[in-house]
Formats: sequence, C-alpha cells, structure tokens
Amino acid sequence: MNATTNSGSLLKPGRLNTDIAVQMIDVNKWYGDFHVLRDINLKVVGGERIVICGPSGSGKSTMIRCINRLEEHQSGKIIVDGVELSADLKKIDEVRREVGMVFQHFNLFPHLTVMENCTLAPIWVRKLPKKEAEEIALHYLQRVKIPEQANKYPGQLSGGQQQRVAIARALCMNPKIMLFDEPTSALDPEMVKEVLDTIVALAEDGMTMLVVTHEMGFARQVANRIVFMDEGQIVEVNGPDEFFAHPQHERTKLFLSQILR
Amino acid sequence: MTMAEGDLALTQLAFVRKASIAPRPPPSKMVGPVAWLRNNLFSTPFNITLTITMALLLAWAIPELVRFLLLDAVWSGSDRDACLESVQHREIGACWPFVWERLPYFIYGSYPISERWRVDVFFVLLAVGIAWLLWPGAPRRDLGILYFFLVMPISSFVLLTGWAAIGLQPVDTVLWGGVLVTIVVASVGIVCSLPIGIVLALGRRSRMPAVRLLSVIFIEFVRGVPLVTVLFMAGVMLPLFVPEQLSPDKLVRALVGIAMFASAYMAEVVRAGLQAIPKGQFEGAMAIGLGYGQMMRLIVLPQALRVTLPNIVNTYIGLFKDTTLVFIVGIFDLLRTIEVARIDPKWATPVTSTTGYVVAAIFYLVFCYGMSRYARAMELRLAKGDRH
Repeated sequence: MNATTNSGSLLKPGRLNTDIAVQMIDVNKWYGDFHVLRDINLKVVGGERIVICGPSGSGKSTMIRCINRLEEHQSGKIIVDGVELSADLKKIDEVRREVGMVFQHFNLFPHLTVMENCTLAPIWVRKLPKKEAEEIALHYLQRVKIPEQANKYPGQLSGGQQQRVAIARALCMNPKIMLFDEPTSALDPEMVKEVLDTIVALAEDGMTMLVVTHEMGFARQVANRIVFMDEGQIVEVNGPDEFFAHPQHERTKLFLSQILR
Repeated sequence: MTMAEGDLALTQLAFVRKASIAPRPPPSKMVGPVAWLRNNLFSTPFNITLTITMALLLAWAIPELVRFLLLDAVWSGSDRDACLESVQHREIGACWPFVWERLPYFIYGSYPISERWRVDVFFVLLAVGIAWLLWPGAPRRDLGILYFFLVMPISSFVLLTGWAAIGLQPVDTVLWGGVLVTIVVASVGIVCSLPIGIVLALGRRSRMPAVRLLSVIFIEFVRGVPLVTVLFMAGVMLPLFVPEQLSPDKLVRALVGIAMFASAYMAEVVRAGLQAIPKGQFEGAMAIGLGYGQMMRLIVLPQALRVTLPNIVNTYIGLFKDTTLVFIVGIFDLLRTIEVARIDPKWATPVTSTTGYVVAAIFYLVFCYGMSRYARAMELRLAKGDRH
C-alpha cells in the first residue's frame, strides 16, 4: 500500500504546505536476523502532524529514530528536509540540527542545570553567544511554563517538568521537525496532561511533528493522520476520524478494540 | 457518635479527613548524643563487638605511639650517641636529631646546596598550580589550567634542570633525590595518566577496529607486566639497545615508564565510568546535534569521570606509593634517601631505622589521605546536582 496518498479527513488543517519534511522510501532495517522495518513508505509534508501507534515491538520507535539516524537503516531512502541520510557524518549532523527529539525517558543531562541543558546545543552547535542562547532558552522555558526552574538540576524536578524541559531543550535549536518517542509513557498519570498540553500548543503553532504515543485522545485531537504499524510494517494510515470510526484492517480493529473500552 | 480526627472506627465505612495532621518532632531516642552512639557504635551485636575491639586496639596502640614518638623521643644531639641507651635514658624513642640533620637530604637528595632555592621555587610553583586547579572557588580557573598544564611544567623543567643561557647552572638529574624526585615522578604520573587513560578508554570503545586493537594491546600489555619490569626495561635494558647519545635521561625514562603504566590502569578505570553512562545520554546528546567530540567532552566524560572519581583517586594513591619503585633503576626517591641515611654509621642506632620509616610513613600518609579527603569533598560537591 502507498501510505503517502491517503491523507484522510483533517481535524485541523493547520498550515500545511507542499514542502516535503520527511520522506521514507522502501525503508528496511534489520537487527541481526530480525526484520524490524519492512518496506516503510511515508511522506510527511511541512506542518503535518503524524501520530504513530501500534502494539509494542511493531517498530514505531525504530521508525522515528531512523529519521534522525539514531538508528541506521539498511536499505531504502530517508530524506529529511531535503537531505538524504547516509553514512556521511556531515549530512547526519545537518539533519540533527533541524530535527528535535523528545524521548520516553527525557534523557536530560543530569550534571547540567535546566538552563544549561537548553543552551548547550545553541552554544556549541549553532555557535550562538551565551547571552543570546539564554534568552532563547528562557523564551522556550516560558512556553513550557517552567521558567522559574531554570537554575535547578533535572533531578530536582518532577517527571512532567523534566519532560517539558526536554521539549524546551529541543525547541531551543529552532527545529523544523519534532519527533516524540512515547513522551508520556514514563510519566505518573497526574503529569501526562501537562506534557500533552505542551505538545498540543506546539501543534497549534504549526510545527511539523511525528509522535509515537498510546494516548488515543491526544491522537484524535492533534493528528492530521494516524499511522498504524504492526510487525515492522505500516498497516493503515488514515485521518483520525476515519481511523477511529471505521478502521479498515483487521489488525487495526483488534488493536483499537483492545485499547478503547 | 462523634469521631475524633484520625480515629478510624471499624464500624464506620466512609471517612473524610477534616484537618490535616501537622508534622511532630521525632521521639527523643532518635536525636542527641545518646542516639548517635546507639545508631553508629552500638546498633547491632556485631557492631558492639567491633566497637569494643577497636577501642581496645586504640587503647593499646596510642600510648605506645605517643611514648615512642614524643615521651621517650630524643630531641637534641649531634650524632648517634644521643640516641643510644644510657643510664638516664633506659627507653629510647624516636631519634629526631637524625631526621633534623638529614632533612635537607630527604627533601633535595644530592641537589647542589647553592641551587636548592630552585627546588623550593618549584615546590611553590606546584603548590600554587594545585591550589588554583583544585579549589573550586578560585578566580580565573581557565588561566589556572593554562598555568598548570603549560606554564608550570615548562618553567619547572627549566628551573630544575637548569639553563646556562639565563644563568641557571645545569643540574644533572642523577643529583636529584628525596621528596623532589617523589613529587616530580608522582605529578608527572598523575597529570599524564588521566588524559592518556581517557584517550585509551575511548579508543577501546571505538568503532574503528584498528584503534580498538591498538588500545587493547597497549592496555593489556602494560597492565600485564609488573611496574618493576617496566622500570627495569626502561632503565636498564633500553640503554643496551639504543646508542648512549640517543638514549634519554634515566629519570625521563622512568617517568615515561610510570606514565605509561598509570595510563593503562587509568584507561580501565575510565572505561568503567563510561560504561555506567546510560545509552539515553548518548542519544540525547546526538539528537540535539552534538558531534562525537562535543558529546564526549560536554556530556559523557563529565558524568563518567564523576561516577568513577573514587577509582581514579584510588589509582592515584596507588601510583603515589608506587613511585618508591624507581629505586630499582638507581633513582633516589624519598624512601631511598631514608634507606641510605638510616645505615649511615654516624647515626646508626637501634631506633634510627624505625625513626626513618616513621618519617616516610607520615609523608605518604599525609599525601594519600589528603588526596582521599579532597576526592571525598569533591564527590559530595558534585553529588549535589543529583539529589533533591
């Protein structure tokens, strides 16, 4: 199936344009003998918000980790913001500068303060002066609503606050694309909402994003398209209304019946 | 029926708290000196046994030490007669006049007497460098690093070996000795082993097979050979194969041997630290666009070195004491000068050796304990960021 043509009904049109942000063409990946990604084809245009869901072990995380080359793919093409990913380190750095990522376990740097976490990449990668980097960091910390925590260390914050810092840290690089890898899976239930609200606000600003999540309410609210994966393959792609109301594939129906009660 | 707050009646199924419980101070047996003794010294039968044993041991050792070092010690005299048993002195303790007279030899070895001020200046330069580098509140620590790793080594080298052009009479390293040699060997080993060790540890984890293989060979080879062998090869075997003009100074060869040896150990210590860093830290660093060097320097190494700081200091302390092995190639470190002085007929008495060894013990203890305490303080300081 071709995943790129079926864009379904859009809940919120957003500021879609015709620039292709991410394009994956026949991407395959193996872990040893295990065929973890199989013939992945996906085209994401600028401003589009893709939610990727599926059972655990279906390759969702691996797929988005290929987009900033935290994982290497063995065949096929991945083109991010016009740059094709290959073993070329310069290309990889170029892509990583434009793609922000938020992880399940935050991956903040525990030996640096919140402010230092946020200014590190702008200073060392973008070569901004420290003062300017701090202004930018403060701006984004305000956006994720924790400017008052700037001088604390990550270990002093709650999980939800840490994840919001992680979002701010990614935003400080002013990325064109944001990847979220199960951003709320490691959080206490009370903190899920504050993180999701932050991501929703980001979505409303027109950020291109790919989100791996099990939060179906969030998916319905934010996604332009939902990608359903199983066994390393894209099984179904549809707009959120259609996806939840009329799932086509048997596997999708089973999955939805398991998680929506 | 009225219910008091916090009083959960069995008969009552529903319960709503009307006022929250204010925190109260802990019971008195949890605070105060008695509680401290109970918690730290007498908490379990094993602990009680240990406390009593240690108390007995100290009660036996401390009076003996005080007697030998202070009460029965000889404080003045000009040769061995002062430290011999006599009618007035039945029990003889430490022979301090011996130490006092030989102290310059213990510190400078055979360094020419008229040039010993240069060694003193070197000690001051080194002390300033160490204080600048190790004191976290020191001003301009960036300059401190420049001073410690560039200005100080070069000026110390010129100062100690001499440079005729600026009026410093050259002093052959054969004449160096005592604390001077111990400090030079230990500082070169300590300063070189960490950077080289880091490079080797990163090399051992490298994706490039050639780099990995070379690192592994170096580490396993140097680590698999006793330090005495390394020193012996550097000091005695090398001159047999290399023409004399090309063979570097004996002390330099020993320094290189010690630095290589310490680096191999340090590499494994650093590798242990690197392995303790979760994969997520590498991924987080890569995802924000840091290159390999930046990721290692800014994210991974600061955390890895912190994790492994106790092991680093452990290696340093071991290295500091291992410097005594340079005597095997005929270099006069502190212990060797004491060895020579204690059999000097002028001072030979039954207590001279013991006194000399006490001096050595105090010297090594002060330095090693100093390193240990500093490391502990740094650990606590660095741990602040982690805790709530």
